[in-house]
Amino acid sequence: MKNVLAIFEKEIKSYFVSPIAYVVLTVFLIIAGYFFYNILTIFMERSMFAAMQSQQFGGPPPSIDVPALVSRNFFGVLSTVILFMLPMVTMASFADEKRRGTIELLMTSPVTNLQVICGKFLGALVFFLIMLLPTMLYQIFILIYSSPRMAFGPIFSGYLGLLLLGGALISLGVFISTLTENQIVAASVTFGAFLILWVIDLSARSGGTTLQEILSYLSILNHFEDFSKGVIDTSSVVIYASFIFLGLFLTFRSIESLRWRQ
Amino acid sequence: MIEVDHLTKRFGSVKAVENVSFEVEKGEILGFLGPNGAGKTTTMRVLTCFLPATEGTARVAGFDVFDNPMAVKRRLGYLPENPPLYGEFTVNAYLDFVAKIKGVDSRERKKRIEEVKDRVSIKEYGNTLIKNLSKGYKQRVGLAQALVHDPQVLILDEPTVGLDPNQIIEVRQLIKGLSGGHTIILSTHILPEVSMTCQRVVIISKGRIAAMDTPENLTRQLQGSERVYLEVKGPETTIKEKIKEIEGVLRVDSNRLDADGAYSFAVETQLKKDVRSRIARKVVDSGYDLMELRAMSMSLEEVFLQLTTKEEGVRGQ
Repeated sequence: MKNVLAIFEKEIKSYFVSPIAYVVLTVFLIIAGYFFYNILTIFMERSMFAAMQSQQFGGPPPSIDVPALVSRNFFGVLSTVILFMLPMVTMASFADEKRRGTIELLMTSPVTNLQVICGKFLGALVFFLIMLLPTMLYQIFILIYSSPRMAFGPIFSGYLGLLLLGGALISLGVFISTLTENQIVAASVTFGAFLILWVIDLSARSGGTTLQEILSYLSILNHFEDFSKGVIDTSSVVIYASFIFLGLFLTFRSIESLRWRQ
Repeated sequence: MIEVDHLTKRFGSVKAVENVSFEVEKGEILGFLGPNGAGKTTTMRVLTCFLPATEGTARVAGFDVFDNPMAVKRRLGYLPENPPLYGEFTVNAYLDFVAKIKGVDSRERKKRIEEVKDRVSIKEYGNTLIKNLSKGYKQRVGLAQALVHDPQVLILDEPTVGLDPNQIIEVRQLIKGLSGGHTIILSTHILPEVSMTCQRVVIISKGRIAAMDTPENLTRQLQGSERVYLEVKGPETTIKEKIKEIEGVLRVDSNRLDADGAYSFAVETQLKKDVRSRIARKVVDSGYDLMELRAMSMSLEEVFLQLTTKEEGVRGQ
C-alpha cells in the first residue's frame, strides 16, 4: 500500500509539472462550460415557449422538468467529451516511462508490477476527478436555483457513473500506453479505441435485432445513461467493474511480458 | 557477494550472453570490460532482475535473482546507461520518490537524501529541476538514486559515457570512494577506466568471458608482447638458450610434451616483431626437429582492438 501511494503521488505530481495537465483541464472546462450554457438556454427557452403557448390557448400548464433535463443532458455531453480528453490523460502513463528509461528504475525497485499499475491507474483516476470538480459547480447552481428544489440523487449517481465510465476508459488507455514508447501513438490508438466503443454504442441504439441487443449490453457508453437519469443499476456497475478489471489485467500481462520480450 | 553461474541469455535465436560465470567479493570493484554489444548490459540487467536468464543462475547477496527478486532489489542499487530521471522533478522531489519506492524508512528519508546528495556533491542543487542540470550532474543524480537506500551492491552501466574529461575524472573518483562499503560492478569499454578504478576485470566479448584478472596483469599480458608457440624435439635447456639469443624475445617458457623428448615452448616477444622465421631457422640450423610453429592467436587481442585504449584529454590521477 505504501508503494502504491508513492507511485500515485508521483503520478499526480507528474501531471502538474507538465503543461499537458493544464491544457487538458482548460480545454475540458471551456467545452463543458460552453455546453452547459447552451443546454441551459435551450431548455429555458423551450419551457418558456411552452408556458406561453399554454397561456395563449388556455391548455394545461407545461410539464417540462427543466433542471432534471439540463442535468441529464449535461451528463450526456460530459460522457462524450471525456472520450476526447482521456487519451491525453493516459497517454504518458507507461509510454513516457519507457521512453525515458525510468521503467528500468521502477522494475528494478522493490515494488511489484501490480503496485505500479494500481498507483498509475489511481493517479489517472484522481486527475480525472480533479477535471470533473469544477463542473460540479454548475450542478450546484441548478440545485440551488431550481424551484421546486431538484433531487440530489441524479447528480450523485451521474458523477458516480462518470467516475465508473472514466475508470473503464482509463484502464483501457493505460493498457494501450504500455504497448508503445511514443505518447502520440498511445494517444491516437486510445482515441481510436474509444471511437470504436462509440460506434458500437451508436449501432446498438439504431435497431432491435439480437445482435444490437447484445451490443447495447456491452456498450459501456449505453450503461451510462441509467446513471445520468438517477438509476444505479447493479448490472451496469458490474459491467464497469469488469471492464476496469479487464483493462488492468491486460496492463499487468503487458508489463510482465515486457521483461520476456526485450 | 555476487555469484554468476553459467549464465546464458538468448533473445530469440541470438545469444546475447553465453555461459558466463564469475564472482565478486564483498567490497570489491569489478570492471566489466568489452566492446559495445558484448553483452555487458544484458548481464547487468539479469543481475538487477530486469531480465530473466535463459539458463544458469545468478545470486546477489545470497538471494537468487529469479526466485527472490524482491530481496535482491532491496539490496541493490542500479544506474542504467541512461540515468532514469524525471526531468520535470526537482532533485529533492526525485530522490524522495526513489527513496520511497526503494523502501527507505520515512523517518530516515530526509537524512538519507541529504547524505547521498553530499556524497555525490549535488547539495546546492536540491531545488533545481533535473532537466536544467548538466550531463555530469544528471549522472550524479543517477548515482545518488542508486545509493539512496544504502545498497550492499551497486551496478553501474557505463557511468562515464558521454561526460567531458573533467566530469569523467570526478565520477571515477566518486566511484572509487564508494568501494569498501559497497560491492560494485562497473561496465565500460574504456581500458584506462578499469585500470584506474577496478581491482579486478572481466573481459567479455560476443557474450563470452574472454579473460578475468587484475588490470595490471591483463595490461602487461596484452599490450607488451605477442606470443609464438612451437614444438621441438631436442634438449629443453639448450633450445631455450638458443631462442633467447634471438633479438626481440622477452621470455621463453617450456613444457615437456611426451616421452619422445619433444617439448613445447611459449615464446613471448616484443610487439610488432615477427620472429617466427628466425626461430625456425635457428632451431633447424641447430639440428633439432621442428614439429610445429605458430603465432598464438589470442582472442583477447581481437577484443582489445575494439576497445578504446586511449582517452584524449583525460589525464590519469
